[in-house]
Amino acid sequence: MKQSSVAGTAARYAALVVATVLFLLPFYLMLRNAFATDKEITGVDWTIFPSSLRWGNIGEVFEETSGGFARSLFNSAFIAVAQTAGTVLLSSMAGYALARIPFRYATPIFYAVLLTLMVPPAVTFVPSFIIVSRLGWVNSYQGIIVPVLFSGFTAFLFRQYFLNFPRELEEAGRIDGLGYFGVFWRIVVPNSLSFFAAISVITVVHSWNQFLWPLVVGQEQDMWTVQVSLSTLMTAQTINLHQVFMAALISIVPLVLVFVFLQRYLVQGVAESGIKG
Amino acid sequence: MTAVQTPAAEARAPGSRPRRRGSMGATPAFWLFMGPFLAGLVVFVYLPIAWSFVLSFNRAQNTVQPREFVGLQNYIDLLMPGPFLDSLWTFTIFAAIIVPLTFVLALLLAVLLNQITVARAFFRSAFFLPTACSYVVASLVWKLSIFNGVRFGLANQVLSVFGVENIAWLSSVSPPWYWLVIATVRLWLQLGFYIILFLAGLQRISPELYEAAYVDGAKAGWQTFRHITLPQLRTTSVAVLLLNLVAAYQAFDEFYNLLGNSSLARPPLVYLYYTAQGNQDYGHGSAGAMILAALIVLVTLVQNRVYGFGRPEA
Repeated sequence: MKQSSVAGTAARYAALVVATVLFLLPFYLMLRNAFATDKEITGVDWTIFPSSLRWGNIGEVFEETSGGFARSLFNSAFIAVAQTAGTVLLSSMAGYALARIPFRYATPIFYAVLLTLMVPPAVTFVPSFIIVSRLGWVNSYQGIIVPVLFSGFTAFLFRQYFLNFPRELEEAGRIDGLGYFGVFWRIVVPNSLSFFAAISVITVVHSWNQFLWPLVVGQEQDMWTVQVSLSTLMTAQTINLHQVFMAALISIVPLVLVFVFLQRYLVQGVAESGIKG
Repeated sequence: MTAVQTPAAEARAPGSRPRRRGSMGATPAFWLFMGPFLAGLVVFVYLPIAWSFVLSFNRAQNTVQPREFVGLQNYIDLLMPGPFLDSLWTFTIFAAIIVPLTFVLALLLAVLLNQITVARAFFRSAFFLPTACSYVVASLVWKLSIFNGVRFGLANQVLSVFGVENIAWLSSVSPPWYWLVIATVRLWLQLGFYIILFLAGLQRISPELYEAAYVDGAKAGWQTFRHITLPQLRTTSVAVLLLNLVAAYQAFDEFYNLLGNSSLARPPLVYLYYTAQGNQDYGHGSAGAMILAALIVLVTLVQNRVYGFGRPEA
């Protein structure tokens, strides 16, 4: 630290640079292959970058899948937005009730929520699928979205957050004649936007990248999410390498944008959920 | 449960009785806020588990209705030597590889980041960026580019410089190179997350502790790391290990996309996927889910005993 030598500092930076190159390598491969021809990708000698950037590869992905890939992008976007809005709304209100509203049976209810934290949703995907199929929700948006809205974990995070919310602000609202509903929407939420943003961003990322549940419920091609679509492309009998890599590249663009512009919230969300989890 | 109220707040007794026109009492408010969530929890978490529990004692081929009671047969089938037990073994190997590797590398990179001053945010972003990718995208790049078994795969390209023959990374059984592919996918995707957890932990350590140690004659480096940093990171370390272990338990995406339904390495969720979705055998699928849930509850209870971690702090 303080007395670290110049050599020590140089070694640290060298190690970090090597690690960074390794971490960024897959992004380079995606870019290189997405804009190349298959011939350049499979060539005997490694081409550092394609001789010319083939922008036409972008359009090709959409045409060759005859709209299937576009549809899967739309599905993923719709699911991510709906799932995030629903999760944040339901869990923030539940978290607020558990943190602030006195009720005789609040403790057993809180334990019923905590109990669900013990078993991660993925472990019980078979039971969840059974209910979805009983409801006739297989191959539907609600089948993919609704069962994952009730995240005990997110409700727990909100509860912990609201426990530390300054009480004086809420009291001021009460004096102004607001009830619980008014205090929550007019005082608590507007003063917690950064926490809401952190939870929202992390939910969007999680939703966009989820694979198992959409694979199980969205079986027909119309309901494929972008991840299911990519998985199908990469395991197909014949693979057009440049198309598959272009599809992968397109699929990460939205989240890379989230990273660039909302990283602060994402890091906060990760730290919150990791430490509390 | 109810947080401590300040005496001043007590006077107006928030939430005792309706006090003003238009504002509801505490009990209706509680249900308004909690009701929708609780209903969803019952229908989509508790009910499925109960239904599956019943179904796990039935033969349920191509149906999700419990019609033919078979007692413990499904459980016996699964717990006999066979693919389900193999899948638990696969998880054990996977966890033994990924958990220590993740822990050491994430801690190492976090410590390095914490020691530098220039460009820290840049490096942190670079390590965190893979989190933007899904397991499917990573598997795709790994399978079709880095660890492609033919000549143009990056790893084989590099090795060919040293005169090494092409290696079929995903199908070679001895040595089992597929573990290298599987493990590096996960390392690349999750290290950034754990680096951030460790960084947060490191930044909570008071600098005074180090200064006191220097005064006492400790040398910066291994000595302070061993006697100050590591003990101070205990809570973070336990959290990192547990989160990592639980995540490995649910591994599905990379195994499914890289190896499919391969007997080489089929973790529990991949086995259940092919049992329930592939063979439409919901009896065995349910029994498997019950066993997996029971195992993880058991682990949670034990670790709660040991560490008191995750206990609700009211």
